[in-house]
Amino acid sequence: MFKRIAFTVNGKAYNFEVDVRESLLDVLRSHLGFTGAKQGCGVGECGACSVLIDGVPYDTCIYLAVWADGKDIKTIEGVAEKNGELSDVQKAFVEEGAVQCGFCTPGLVLTTTALKESGKDYTREELKRELSGHLCRCTGYQSILKAAEKSLEGHVCTCVDSPHYKGK
Amino acid sequence: MYDIKGYYDAETVSEATALLADNPNLKLIAGGTDVLIKMHGGQLEDAELLSLRKIKSLESISVAENGTIVIGAMATFSKIFHNPMLKDLVPILTEAAISMGGPQIRNIATIGGNVCNGATSADSASSLFALNAHLKLQNKNGERVVPIREFYLGPGKVALNPGEILTEILIAPEDYKGFGGQYIKFAMREAMDIATLGVAVVCKVQSGNFDEVRIGLGVAGPTPLRCLEAEEYAKGKKISSETLAEIGKLAVKSAKARTSWRASKEYREHLVEELTQRALKIAVVNAGGAEVV
Repeated sequence: MFKRIAFTVNGKAYNFEVDVRESLLDVLRSHLGFTGAKQGCGVGECGACSVLIDGVPYDTCIYLAVWADGKDIKTIEGVAEKNGELSDVQKAFVEEGAVQCGFCTPGLVLTTTALKESGKDYTREELKRELSGHLCRCTGYQSILKAAEKSLEGHVCTCVDSPHYKGK
Repeated sequence: MYDIKGYYDAETVSEATALLADNPNLKLIAGGTDVLIKMHGGQLEDAELLSLRKIKSLESISVAENGTIVIGAMATFSKIFHNPMLKDLVPILTEAAISMGGPQIRNIATIGGNVCNGATSADSASSLFALNAHLKLQNKNGERVVPIREFYLGPGKVALNPGEILTEILIAPEDYKGFGGQYIKFAMREAMDIATLGVAVVCKVQSGNFDEVRIGLGVAGPTPLRCLEAEEYAKGKKISSETLAEIGKLAVKSAKARTSWRASKEYREHLVEELTQRALKIAVVNAGGAEVV
């Protein structure tokens, strides 16, 4: 069973028939060649396949391709400038040594990009919470958290414990 | 690729109930974070899916004129957590929402799907039980409202009749106004983990006594449950550490904990006794009572 869908990836419009059995990850990787989105656990736990859909991070392994109809998708391939210059978030990840094997990096860079673009302020605890849907087996997370803080410079609340995080 | 035989979209509830009436074998899919995982694991094969994702009317969260909180079944956990009104009126529900999965999961997983999946570990369940939530179920011919306690029948089994769709979760004003509450999720990790135990309590306090207490537990039995014996005992009792200790003991009586690889029965019962008291201590303060020392 096929359905025709229209969506954009990194600003480019696509319109074609997708098999209803396919995940968005299948379509991005196998049909469109956006292999920056990785297949990790396949069940929405590791965040290696995360992309931004209308600016919000989703795990594409458990997102049916047909659901992408009408959506605006951003993958890691669309984060850097057209001339190849890295985005501020990517630079922060490089500078903090937050990349080792690289498998979790696309997802983490995209989620951090969404946090930066939200314009909101985050405490360290909130940042940990916002990044908690990405598993990294190399870095121990410290450098990733530092990179996220660097990316959000001026929007990181320095209090150790956030009052709104605790819901009070 | 997922083992999907057919896929249908509905744009309104009436369209969905009509499709369901014609083909009762359709499997409803909302956020997909349970349904697709089941397919991935081979527990659901040859599925014909009816997607509710295009029914925008089911995403709204509002308070009716009479004070009833109305949460659309397709409201995501992110939407629930970030709703200032819910945070103000029923914080035990927004806290439960933020405890679930991770950000990407919360961005798509819905409260209606969480309830209809029928898991005792559903993170919304203990709070919805403590808040005495009611569920609006709709089929082609009309709708009915059932208390959430009657909806959970067994592990993965809910009282959704063929042709029915959960459309709204209702919390009546008499069930939340004047109450203070607390939610505790006990798990090994702070994110992306399934609860070892979920505890949600609400209480009303009057001149140093418990006026009313409701205790909802998740993963303390095959379905989420209420601790009715403990609640009955608490009524009118002086708020003291002795009363709390007795409530904790009685809560264990209502639990039907079992041993799983996550925790033993004995450990879970210990958690029920201890965490019920800890949650109530904070709930008392949130209800305007004095701190129990």
